[in-house]
Amino acid sequence: MDIYKGTWVVKKGFADMFKGGVIMDVTNAEQAKIAEEAGAVAVMALERVPADIRKAGGVARMASISKIKEIMEAVSIPVMAKVRIGHIAEARILEELGVDFIDESEVLTPADDKFHINKHEFRVPFVCGARDLGEALRRIAEGAAMIRTKGEAGTGNIVEAVKHMRRVQDEIRKVVNMSDEELVREAKELGAPVELLREVKRLGRLPVVNFAAGGVATPADAALMMILGADGVFVGSGIFKSKEPMKMARAIVLAVTYWDNPRILLKVSEDVGEPMHGLDVDELEVKLQERGW
Amino acid sequence: MSLKIGVLGLQGDVREHIRMLQLLGVESLIVKLPEDLSLVDGLIIPGGESTTMIRIMKEIEMYEPLKEKIEEGFPVFGTCAGMILLSKKVEGSDQLTLKVLDIEVERNAYGRQIESFEVDIKVPQFGDKPVRAVFIRAPKIVKAGNEVEALAEYEGTPVFVRENNVMATSFHPELTDDARVHEYFIKIVGEFKK
Repeated sequence: MDIYKGTWVVKKGFADMFKGGVIMDVTNAEQAKIAEEAGAVAVMALERVPADIRKAGGVARMASISKIKEIMEAVSIPVMAKVRIGHIAEARILEELGVDFIDESEVLTPADDKFHINKHEFRVPFVCGARDLGEALRRIAEGAAMIRTKGEAGTGNIVEAVKHMRRVQDEIRKVVNMSDEELVREAKELGAPVELLREVKRLGRLPVVNFAAGGVATPADAALMMILGADGVFVGSGIFKSKEPMKMARAIVLAVTYWDNPRILLKVSEDVGEPMHGLDVDELEVKLQERGW
Repeated sequence: MSLKIGVLGLQGDVREHIRMLQLLGVESLIVKLPEDLSLVDGLIIPGGESTTMIRIMKEIEMYEPLKEKIEEGFPVFGTCAGMILLSKKVEGSDQLTLKVLDIEVERNAYGRQIESFEVDIKVPQFGDKPVRAVFIRAPKIVKAGNEVEALAEYEGTPVFVRENNVMATSFHPELTDDARVHEYFIKIVGEFKK
């Protein structure tokens, strides 16, 4: 009997299991347990949350192995971890460690100024950030099994995630209405393979799961991203930089399931404590979203 | 007789199950609130994260009414996380489940994601053509009661089971184009509706 591991079906199918869920950034075992208890579908193991990476400056790298191990041992839900854009070796190390998903992330300092990792060569699935359809399809062409908006991580400001999600959805709608010859030209303009554009036209959506990320700070932010067509939500700094992480985490989980039910949204928004402090995107010195090619 | 099948829409691969029901020409409804349960003849609990689903189910007060309904003969079908939710107990854990299917499961028993796999398995009821089974951080049945019928096995362990109105798979038939497992469930729903 032949068994097949690390196939496209297994990678993409795993991402499908996250739909309608919240993936939370955590920096230690205690936070990971809070996230699991609150109903996270997975955790992202990090050295620091993006708001602190932004503050610290310098070069942000893959988290320490002991930290990721500590988190993997603490919870039964899937554990993701980030590698620098193009850092093939960090990714090989995390695959060997057995993390369930790798985020090739602009939140860390890029290791390659031209190329992303060829993700087809890995058994572990990857998620990548995108600001528009062309970028999303280039990442999928490289083997990403899941896409997320980049937004602007660590700001607690939803405006960039909204912009990116709207742009992708708008471009998808255009592609759906294009004729075959127009698709070839569009592929050239977007810098994306025409085969993937044909698939987008056929499906009316991306061929993989598309989450929102980068700036979600409240249950209402999470619901907004679902209204705009996200399949689920990543929350980075928004939970553990808020005053009452457990309450905030539980409320965001419910907001993602009941994004279309104002009665429940009101109820969960009522008692969440103070959200993280937000930043004006126009005043930022470093825009993480500009990393990635 | 027209049937309407619900897919529990708290979290998970809901869309993939709806797609299978559409392939079979069966009407479907995404079930998110306790009151939705009275609108459907049977319910599919999809793949996803079992700890997330049970937490939301408790929060929204769907746990008790769903459990009672299943105990009274309401047909349910759980895939992967859905199987965990239906089981009697999760080995080595105090995780809450619905306790309506007489099996004990071990979560993530086949390993982490890099060990997730696809394999062809025989389902005697379906004849010679095997079913492509997609196992993703799948649960393994470690104990099953006498009333539990094993419809398919992989490496000597049941992976597709039925106990009266309750059916479950460790794998994800909804991730393939083969609708026979769903068709089998619809037959069960039809039997119980009579």
